Amino acid sequence: MSNMIIGRYVPGNSIIHRLDPRVKLILSISFIVLIFLANNWLGYVVLGLFTLVAVVSTKISLAVYLRGLKPVLWLIIFTIILQLFFSPAGHVYLAFGPFTVTDMGIINACYVFLRFVFIILMSTVLTLTTPPLALADALEYMMKPLLKIKFPVYELSLMLAIALRFVPTLMDETVKVMNAQRARGVDFASGSIIKRSKAIVPILIPLFVGSIQRAIDLGDAMEARGYQGGENRTKFRVLKWQRRDTVAVLIFVCVLVVLIATRFII
Amino acid sequence: MDNIIEVKNVSYQYPNSDYKALDNLSLTIRKGEWVAIIGHNGSGKSTLAKLLNYLLVPDTGELIVDKQPVIEENMWTVRNKVGMVFQNPENQFVGATVADDVAFGLENRGISRQKMLEIIPMALKEVHMEAFADREPTYLSGGQKQRVALAGIIAVAPKIIILDEATAMLDPKGRKEVIAAILKLKARLGDELTVLSITHDIDEAADADRIIVINDGQVVDEGRPAEIFSAGPKLLELGLDVPFAEQLKSALNNLGISVPSKYLDEEGMINWLWQLNSKM
Repeated sequence: MSNMIIGRYVPGNSIIHRLDPRVKLILSISFIVLIFLANNWLGYVVLGLFTLVAVVSTKISLAVYLRGLKPVLWLIIFTIILQLFFSPAGHVYLAFGPFTVTDMGIINACYVFLRFVFIILMSTVLTLTTPPLALADALEYMMKPLLKIKFPVYELSLMLAIALRFVPTLMDETVKVMNAQRARGVDFASGSIIKRSKAIVPILIPLFVGSIQRAIDLGDAMEARGYQGGENRTKFRVLKWQRRDTVAVLIFVCVLVVLIATRFII
Repeated sequence: MDNIIEVKNVSYQYPNSDYKALDNLSLTIRKGEWVAIIGHNGSGKSTLAKLLNYLLVPDTGELIVDKQPVIEENMWTVRNKVGMVFQNPENQFVGATVADDVAFGLENRGISRQKMLEIIPMALKEVHMEAFADREPTYLSGGQKQRVALAGIIAVAPKIIILDEATAMLDPKGRKEVIAAILKLKARLGDELTVLSITHDIDEAADADRIIVINDGQVVDEGRPAEIFSAGPKLLELGLDVPFAEQLKSALNNLGISVPSKYLDEEGMINWLWQLNSKM
């Protein structure tokens, strides 16, 4: 668990930390789309520089990012190998049976590797610098247009906020239930797959029942405090667009322009 | 003083239950009073609290809160007048941080953000939690969470605060902190605030102006704490505790020392003990 870096927030006060979460969310999604625009080495250099600047300006140590790459390492290697051996186009260096290693294959494998690394680094930048709650606020803001088609935006974002708030609580409870069951002799760590899945039941059922009780209590408490539904509510948290957010968007647009230019240069 | 809460012949039975949680129960509470309702588990105390707020609807009978009958049309007006602190500190914490949680009631009432920024620090100050405004609930103790819950209610300034076993899941220290916060609030607001504390903590009940004892959905006794506690053995029969001074008295009695039959609080007991000593 401690190795999971994706989805974890590291408090800090860098320029990226202080950006509006909406900007960070939209830019990281656009960046992933942008990556597929690059089709030559110059494009990848531009993207690489941009990613590097973003990573360095979070002021979080590089080791943290490398740990984030670790869990997907096997996926990356697997895809690179597929690219390397199964690209029939271009000049052939090696050929044995169905496998061919060509210059195109090598180049494509490099590109795929870089794409993976950039995407993961950028999404890690997003999650490391943005508290989950700010992300939920950003999502709510972005879903606002859906109000027009009667989509329950406020209800969905309240659900998201409550879910996020209860994640640590439920984690604690899971550990407690597991320890309680261990104390009564349930073994979670050994035996066949079937035996191990059966051992999960005495954790799941109490957690379910506990969650339902929590939901009832929380519902009562919310109603007692005057919650009548999403409309006509004011908001305590507000997102403020500041000059640095405009600057971030402008920088991103510059990168986009340069990137499009590289497609025509080579 | 006017009656702020009137409960008239109320009965309630839970859908899956064989017996009535409340059975033809009637009681009145005057404005500005601090009333403790005591009774063992399952005596119907919490059901009464939920009926007062229209979280439950009575089968028969009538409830009136601050001259408003508690019926569906009035439910939001009534909920505006009544603030509730529930038992489980974890399960009633709605917000992601302390400030968010205090803001929840204000958001529901459509208070402007400008106003909220003034009210929230004041409410947190009242319960000595101002240093924790940005803290997440995971990092708070049970007593601190209950104080935040209280701040959330102070922020919307209700006329009545109902403590539905608010200290039941706390350690002795947390319990003292919460009670101290309520005592302070009551001292500041005086008759503008009515407190209904539902509890089986006898020390909490001892702070009340009046105690109502409930058993099996019916009122069995009511009176000032001194009157109720002097009926020690009867309380034990109802599955309730007696205060420490009362326990000490019965222990002394067993040792053959004659004790006064009237109720004494701890202070009174100390005075009596030390006079007893000087006579010997």
